[in-house]
Amino acid sequence: MSLTVDLTEPFVPTSGSGFWRRALKSRSLVAGTIIIGLIALAAVLAPVISPYPPDQQDLFHVLGGFSSRHLLGTDELGRDELSRLTYAARTDLKVGFLAIVFPFLFGTFIGTVAGYYGGILDTITMRIVEVVMAFPFYVLVIGLVFIVGTGVRGIYIAFAVADWVVYARAVRSTTLVVRELDYIAAARAGGLSDLRILGRHVLPNTITQGIVYAMSDIVLVIVAVVTLGYLGLGVQPPTADWGAMISSGQDFLTTKWTLSTFPGIAVAVTALGLSLIGDGLSDVLRPS
Amino acid sequence: MLRYAARRLAAAVVVILGVTCVTFLLLHVEPGDPARAILGEHATPQAIQALRRQWGLDASLGSQFTRFIGDLARGNLGRSFVDQTSTSSLIAARIGQTAALVAIAAVFAVLITVPLASAAAIRKDRLADHVVRALSVVGLGLPAFWFGIVMIEVFSLQLGLFPVGGWGSSFESHLRGLILPGLTAALAIVPVLIRSLRVGIVEVLEAEFVATLRSKGLGELRVLMHVMRNALIPTLTLLGVNIAYLIGSTVIVERVFDLNGIGSLLLTGISQRDFPVVQAVTFVLAIGVVLVNLATDLLVAWLDPRIRLG
Repeated sequence: MSLTVDLTEPFVPTSGSGFWRRALKSRSLVAGTIIIGLIALAAVLAPVISPYPPDQQDLFHVLGGFSSRHLLGTDELGRDELSRLTYAARTDLKVGFLAIVFPFLFGTFIGTVAGYYGGILDTITMRIVEVVMAFPFYVLVIGLVFIVGTGVRGIYIAFAVADWVVYARAVRSTTLVVRELDYIAAARAGGLSDLRILGRHVLPNTITQGIVYAMSDIVLVIVAVVTLGYLGLGVQPPTADWGAMISSGQDFLTTKWTLSTFPGIAVAVTALGLSLIGDGLSDVLRPS
Repeated sequence: MLRYAARRLAAAVVVILGVTCVTFLLLHVEPGDPARAILGEHATPQAIQALRRQWGLDASLGSQFTRFIGDLARGNLGRSFVDQTSTSSLIAARIGQTAALVAIAAVFAVLITVPLASAAAIRKDRLADHVVRALSVVGLGLPAFWFGIVMIEVFSLQLGLFPVGGWGSSFESHLRGLILPGLTAALAIVPVLIRSLRVGIVEVLEAEFVATLRSKGLGELRVLMHVMRNALIPTLTLLGVNIAYLIGSTVIVERVFDLNGIGSLLLTGISQRDFPVVQAVTFVLAIGVVLVNLATDLLVAWLDPRIRLG
């Protein structure tokens, strides 16, 4: 997503040795992993730990407050807020992670190839990237979802089209650095084919950059998924989704503000955990 | 400078051509036949054919494209399917609100970013730095629309300081009505701006000329003024780079605060499946981004000889 472009400047990652030792010493990585671990655990175990099914209505307690029956109260249809929050974690985490798979793979691949070969291929790729980036991210995603249809499938397609460009751009600039390194020159002098150099020597470096990038991108993608849900263009009801929960809670802001506040906090905490992992990971992988 | 401007202008023209092609294709990709979309699943083939003919969708792709370009050249962005008026007049009536929102959000973004980023950079690795960095990490993950709702809850409903939404009728009410939306939209880019500007200032502070200034016995405040002059350029560039994202988030902010700018026009167009409106707004916003980027690049080049001569 165009917003994060400046967060990760190109770098050549360090090799795997000592990764775990450094990872355990990074406070943000450990904290982020714990936060995301807990949320992911809650999401996976949602059917076991949530007190009610997400769609079960308790018509005697519509818009109910905190009680022993419903710890966080109920919504306008009498559905248990805590259960819906947990199930929404399931939906939004899954959709968010799946939505970046294609942009990550495709963008990293294109960026590496364009940066390595340069020339006309690089020029054309970068022009396409510029054109896609000229569209405000939300406008492009909303427009694409509109064309291919709302819902989860629409989200995957929209992100596939809109989000690969930032990976391509970031990875390309790393490739431009890697390409000039001595060991690549040595590999070339040793007579290795371009394909082998790309696959064995360049890609392992650029893919790490791609992974670090993905960790800061996923924050914005999950926020975007929730935003689409809020606009009614994302995950469709009755499936629980934080965005749709915030949207329907907005009508009850004066009487029951917790309905749209809690899902927002859930998004913020998830995003915080992912940001911490991203920051930690880039520190650990970056040579000091 | 002229050579740089010419080169930059040529690049912008290429991007605008690309944007035009993409917007044209918006109406013509496979799953989105507008006639079928408007008439619904159960329309007869004849009805769909008739509608397609009426909108000129039955011509070949090439001749449709020529017509699209010809219309564009005359400032004609097409006619709304729903209320039959020209989309350019719909946009013209609303673009002022959106432009005002973007402008006020950009001002807020700079007003928040510059002091926080400089404080963090000057006190690097000390408390102020940690606080600012923590704030920017948290801010990055706050959905802008949710933050807007929370602000409505606190400042409008509880404290009654600002209107809940809407544009109002006088200049003063416009301004009051834009403060919360402006803050909300600014929040979408402030965390990234802070992080980048902080790094920028830290780098300048470590530069040799700063050591020279200090060794000449200049006070810290005077040194800071020199540093800020050098940090201004990256701030401008950053703002230019992120303006696309800012413009994109105003679409959502307009919805939250019930403003009637072109973002709301886009969302209404989408809910009514009004293809020409969606197409026109997307086109106008993308062109706006290209022009703002061009303007910032030229401004930066004018301010910084290293770029225009490099």
